Amino acid sequence: MDDFKRFFSTFLLALGTYLILTFAAGVSIVEGTPLWGYEQLVLAFSVALIVASVTSHILCRKDDFRMLNPVRWGIMLVYLIPLFIEMVKANFDVAYRVITGNIRPGIVRIKPGLEKDLSITLLANSITLTPGTLTVDVDEDKKELYIHWIKVRKNPTETISGRFTKWIRRFAE
Amino acid sequence: MIVLTILYILLAVSIIFNGLGIIGLHRFPDVYTRLHAATKCTTFGTIFMTFTIMVYGGAMYYWYPAQEQYLNMVIHTFVALIAILVTNPTGAHALARAAHRVGVHPEKAVLDHLADKEEKE
Repeated sequence: MDDFKRFFSTFLLALGTYLILTFAAGVSIVEGTPLWGYEQLVLAFSVALIVASVTSHILCRKDDFRMLNPVRWGIMLVYLIPLFIEMVKANFDVAYRVITGNIRPGIVRIKPGLEKDLSITLLANSITLTPGTLTVDVDEDKKELYIHWIKVRKNPTETISGRFTKWIRRFAE
Repeated sequence: MIVLTILYILLAVSIIFNGLGIIGLHRFPDVYTRLHAATKCTTFGTIFMTFTIMVYGGAMYYWYPAQEQYLNMVIHTFVALIAILVTNPTGAHALARAAHRVGVHPEKAVLDHLADKEEKE
């Protein structure tokens, strides 16, 4: 069963990528719509089958299929909204610091309390895109992040990652 | 006409933030603070540049439905947007980590937990 799930998720990913990249690029099944032609569909399925059979054990190495749940992907899309707001703030923050030169940098250690690789990666990327913080290093054993903070204040874990940890725990943990 | 105005606004926002990244690259004192400017501002500016292309392609497809290559362009730009969102912070992370491993320490730093940890090891 695990082998089938592994094969199936790789197959879906390969098929989706192929179909997205060839969307509206050729003769369509239905006249006047930007869909795919028969030849393209057959080719997409065969390529996806080959890719899935060869690389399924590389893409899904662990026996953990929690990301097959579509609800998690929906929450991930919703998460882009608070992330975008934080990015706007980050840019005005950088603009302010470029003009005034008001910096007090340092590298701090935070322990967000997330366990999975995917959630730590997402948290590290979100932290880099948000105001005044840049991920420098990850301690994979202790699940800790080292963060360059442009204006060091007290209580780093809560201030830097508190609002993201809540969101990421909902869909990636 | 409205679409043209939206396009100009989006393009202006994109260029302003990319320019801000360049100014930050010149004004900040060391590699880490420069990465702050380079990552955040260029990611944000480039996102708006992709928005510009998507609005343009969408409008052209809306006006000329037979020209399907515009829809194709919108979707390819969306894929590029996702790739930028994922790879840009990761690249900055790799640069910062490499700099710290080589021994470049942040200037005027008030504390450095990573250097403390490396000293213990």
